[in-house]
Parts: sequence; structure tokens; C-alpha cells
Amino acid sequence: MVEAATQKTQALDEGIEKGVAQLTPDRIAAVVNRVLKTETGARLKTYVETCIHCGLCSEACHYYLSHDNDPLYSPVGKVKTTLWEILKHKGSIDPKAMKKIALTAYTECNLCKRCAMYCPFGIDIAYLMLVVRRICHLLGVTPQYIQDTAHSHAATFNQMWVKDDEWIDTLQWQEEEAQAEIPTLRIPLEKEGADIMYSVIGPEPKFQAQLIYQAAVIMNTAGVNWTMPATPGWDNSDMAMFTGDNEIMGRLKRAHFETAARLRVKKIVMGECGHAFRSVYDVGNRWLGWKMPPIPIIHAIEFYYDLLKEKRVRINKKFSEAVTLHDPCNVSRGGGLHDKARYVTSALCDHFVEMHPNREHNYCCCAGGGVINCGPPYKKVRVDGNRIKAEQLFAAKSRGATILLAPCHNCHSGLEDINHHYGLGFKIKFIGDILYEVMEKPE
Amino acid sequence: MRDLYHFVSGPLVWVAFAVFFFGCLYRLIRMLALVNQKEKFIFSYMSLKYSLRSILHWSVPFATENMRRHPVMTLVTFAFHFCLIVTPLFLLAHVILWDEAWHFSWGHLPEGLTDMMTLVVIFGCLFFLVRRLKLPEVQFVTSTSDYIILGIVAAPFITGFLAYHQWFNYPFFMTLHILSGEIMLITIPFTRLVHMVFAPFTRAYMGSEFGGVRHARDW
Repeated sequence: MVEAATQKTQALDEGIEKGVAQLTPDRIAAVVNRVLKTETGARLKTYVETCIHCGLCSEACHYYLSHDNDPLYSPVGKVKTTLWEILKHKGSIDPKAMKKIALTAYTECNLCKRCAMYCPFGIDIAYLMLVVRRICHLLGVTPQYIQDTAHSHAATFNQMWVKDDEWIDTLQWQEEEAQAEIPTLRIPLEKEGADIMYSVIGPEPKFQAQLIYQAAVIMNTAGVNWTMPATPGWDNSDMAMFTGDNEIMGRLKRAHFETAARLRVKKIVMGECGHAFRSVYDVGNRWLGWKMPPIPIIHAIEFYYDLLKEKRVRINKKFSEAVTLHDPCNVSRGGGLHDKARYVTSALCDHFVEMHPNREHNYCCCAGGGVINCGPPYKKVRVDGNRIKAEQLFAAKSRGATILLAPCHNCHSGLEDINHHYGLGFKIKFIGDILYEVMEKPE
Repeated sequence: MRDLYHFVSGPLVWVAFAVFFFGCLYRLIRMLALVNQKEKFIFSYMSLKYSLRSILHWSVPFATENMRRHPVMTLVTFAFHFCLIVTPLFLLAHVILWDEAWHFSWGHLPEGLTDMMTLVVIFGCLFFLVRRLKLPEVQFVTSTSDYIILGIVAAPFITGFLAYHQWFNYPFFMTLHILSGEIMLITIPFTRLVHMVFAPFTRAYMGSEFGGVRHARDW
């Protein structure tokens, strides 16, 4: 057998430690067998039995590439050390082994699905990892930070323990701020029958309120008939989807869609977030039994694209610094928005530098899939696990790019860490930041 | 020896083909029944257009990013799988057997060519063996069963090659050739060789998801 080249870092995480301390092999077996019997079916069975152990998925994974091709980090390597172990022992797993399994599933895979594009059979390895996470969730072995976020979802229906009145207060505060720039600007709350419900993730009101300001300026300038809800259901984010807490995920998405339905809007436009897009467009809606979202979901990229195409916003003077674009997995590989993102970028910026690989083949930011939400204990795992991203970005920088566009919150935070750790010197921006800066605004 | 030969070239042929066909059919029906029972939604996402788009891309050498990244592997695996299926179907000796038994015959390939194709399969198996032994990412996920599967596939071609050239002990290798071919047929439905049956379906599903929902390429 090949020995792994590196020893994995063992982070001290109370959520994991205390969860594991309560486990017995019998309990693990009971949960595993329950999940296998009642929640999985042909997909899991067929994927496991079709995999020919060829290792061709390896080079898809940024963890693998960043760890000098250490087989422990290849997609199939991670399936071997988690799911295959569970299946081989029919769930009779030692609690200590369960800890390793949980750490791999939660912190060493971003569920980015790049490997699904490299597997000759199209095996959905991210799905296999989610099955492992589901088992860990039911066993109560989840990293503390992301579990806290899931608790916030359960208690408040938003990710950041934002209280109901604080939410409304934040919107009104941003409205007043923006009125200094555009006196007639409104952030319409609870406007029934508006065309668009604008939804954001919890962190926006919590500590990035300027993004709501910018969105309001864009909406008002373009003359959009829009509204934001004043009730829970405004937050489109979803960490429960990543902890394996499907029940909470379902409650969140139901609240979100029902809020939009109550406001009788035609569509939901969402801010620049990737995982939230995955939750409302791909995963959460399916859990609720909707083949596609019950109300059309428009990601910010597509919204900007429509505004520019229809000439509802005009550009004053294009952004002059050279920008490169990071395609977030969940909206590119998950929603095919990469070409629209390029249209928008070119419409806003004078100088666009492609990074390689790009579009569906772009490397993940290593923050997604809930990994960054697992908190500080795993920052090193994320940053060390994505050296390849730094190399990719450095190559774009060497061809002149100084601004890094990342139309996704998770990517933003993850890339900030990569940028800082590897000393890349990029300024990281949302597309909305640029649009706000270069668009013609009403006097 | 003679008894063994009669056994493997008589009753066991029936058994092998029956197990192969009904085994594959059983696996296929079971999978579809399981989808129907527990993951019915999969049917609603299946799209013929995107299934074929995906299968086509993955059936053409170098049409996918990963194939271009591994040019030698791509050449070997395409040549291997092509020869693995085509050689036994169009080998003159096999076609004659069908003709003698059932008066039913189809075209065949020149013997020199099928001889080369047999070597391609044997070489392919060797290549896969070396990959398993030498590449860390492959070795890490290799278990004993992977070597056994490789052996099961290689055996009919190695023994067939020896029997055709009548090297060493012809009756022995001829018997072994028939036996190993039957073992391969019997094991296909019940080992990871079942990817022969399942691959088009996993590919079609991923192709449908990428095309229909994700609006992205899966190659």
C-alpha cells in the first residue's frame, strides 16, 4: 500500500470531539444502516459498484493538486477513507474512525463537483460525500461553527442570528444612507405584487450592509419594481444543506419560497452568492418536491446581464483596472452562468484577463460546501488545500490582472484568505461593486 | 482433460451465456426498480438529448478535458475496450463455431488483425496493471479484487492467443481459454465489470443533470 505523503492536521473542534465522545459502534451502525436503508437507493449503490478504481478523478480536485498529488486527497481517495470504510464494515465503525471520516467529509471536500466532470462514468462524488455528511449529522458529529450556523437557521430562519427587527432596521438604515446619494431611492418592504423579490444571505445585513445599499441603487436606477420581505424567509442562505440537516434545509427553503409567494412576485432575484443559489435552485427545491424552483430564481449575474442587455442601466465610464474573473462552482458548474458573467464583465470593464482553467473547469475557492463555515480550526486546511488556486491566480496576475471578481460570498471570503496567505496582492470585488461604481446614476 | 473439455465446451457455455445475459438483465432491472422505488425523481430529470450529448463526448477519444490530460491512458483504454468487445465477436474461429452449431454466421475480421487486437487487449491489461502498481493515486484505491478482475479479463485473451498459435500444450490452453472466457461472462454482472452495463446510465444521468439543470458541460 502507498503511504500518504502528509499527515493530516487534526484540528481541535468541540463539535466534533463532543459528538464523537457520545458515540458507540452500535449507535453508528444503527444510524448508518438507517440512512442506507431509508434514504439512499440506486444512485449510491450504482455509483459504488460502477467505480472501477481508476483514479482518473484525482486531478479534478484542488486539494489533491495542492498537496503534491497526495492520494489521500483525491476524490476517490476520500470516498475510500469515508464511504467505502462505512460500507465495508456495514456501519460498525469505531468512534475514533468516525471522527476522521467526519473531518474528511466536512473539511476536505467542497462538494464543488469538478470531479463529476473528470470521472469517465460521471459518478457524482459530491453526492457520496453528502451521504457521509448526512450520517455524521444524524450522529451529532459536526464541526462546531457550521453547526452553530445551522442552529441559527433553525431558530431565526437566517444564518447569522439576525433578529427580525434588526433586519428591518438594517434595510431602513441603508435606505436612508442611499437617499443621501439618490434622494428618491426606496427599499420597498412587503410590497405585494412587485415584479421582483430581492433576497440576500444573512451576512449582508450582519456585516456587509453596503451590498444592500449598492443593490438598492442598482434597482432604483434601473427602475425595477422590486421589494424585500420584512419577515423571516428573506435569507436565501443554507448551511443546513451542508451539515446534512435536510429537514432544516427544507424548512428554510419552504419559508423562502412561501415568502415570495405571499408577496406575489414574479421572480426572486438573489445577491451574488453561490451556495444560496445551489440551495434554492438545485438542492432545497428538490427536497421540497419541486423539480425546478417554484418561483424563477435569478442570480445577480443573470440579473445584471438582463439589465445591461435591455439597456436599463448605462455605463458612465468603464472600469479601467485589469480584472480577472473567478467562476464560482455553484453558479457556473451549477447554473451555467459563466458566459453571462463574461458578458457583464466585458460590459463593465475595459480590460479583462482570463484565468486558466476557467468556466466549468475553474478551480474551487476551497471555501464552498460549508468548509469556510466550519470556522477558524480549519483555515489552514483550506489555505494549504488550495495552493493550486494561488498558482492559477498568480498566473492571471502575471498577465496584468489586479482585480479579482468573485460573484459569490463564500468564494470572496475563501479567496481573501488565499490572497493574503500567498501574498497575491489582488483586490477582490463583487461584480455589483464594479457595476455600482461605473453605472450612470440619477442626479 | 477430455471430460473437462466437453464440460466447458458444452453445458458450461450454456450456463455462462445464460448467467451473463440474465445476470446483466437482472442488474439492469433491479437498478431501474430501485430508482422507481426510492429515487423516482431521477426519471423526471433524464433527457435524451443531454444523455446522448454526454455519452457521445465520452465515447470519442480526446473529446473531454480529462482524456486530453492523459493521452496515453486515453489511447490505451479506447483501444483496449474496442478490441475487448470486437475481437471475440468477429474472430474467425468464433464465427465458425456459431456457424457449425447454429448455421448462423456473420462477417469476420482477418485472422492477422484479430491476432493483433488480442495483443492490444493483453497489452491494455498489462498497462492497467502497471498503473495500479505504480501510480500512487491508483494504488491507494486498489484492492485485491481489482487485480482479480484484471486477471479475469486478461485470461481469455492470453490463453486464446496461446491456443491460436498452438504454442505449448494446445489442448490445455484451449480448454483454459474456453473456461476463462466463461468465467469472465459469468462475473461481469456480479463484479465491478458491471460498469459495462451501468456506465451508459450513470453517464446519461450526469449528462442530463449538467445539460438540463446546470446548463454546463460535463466533459
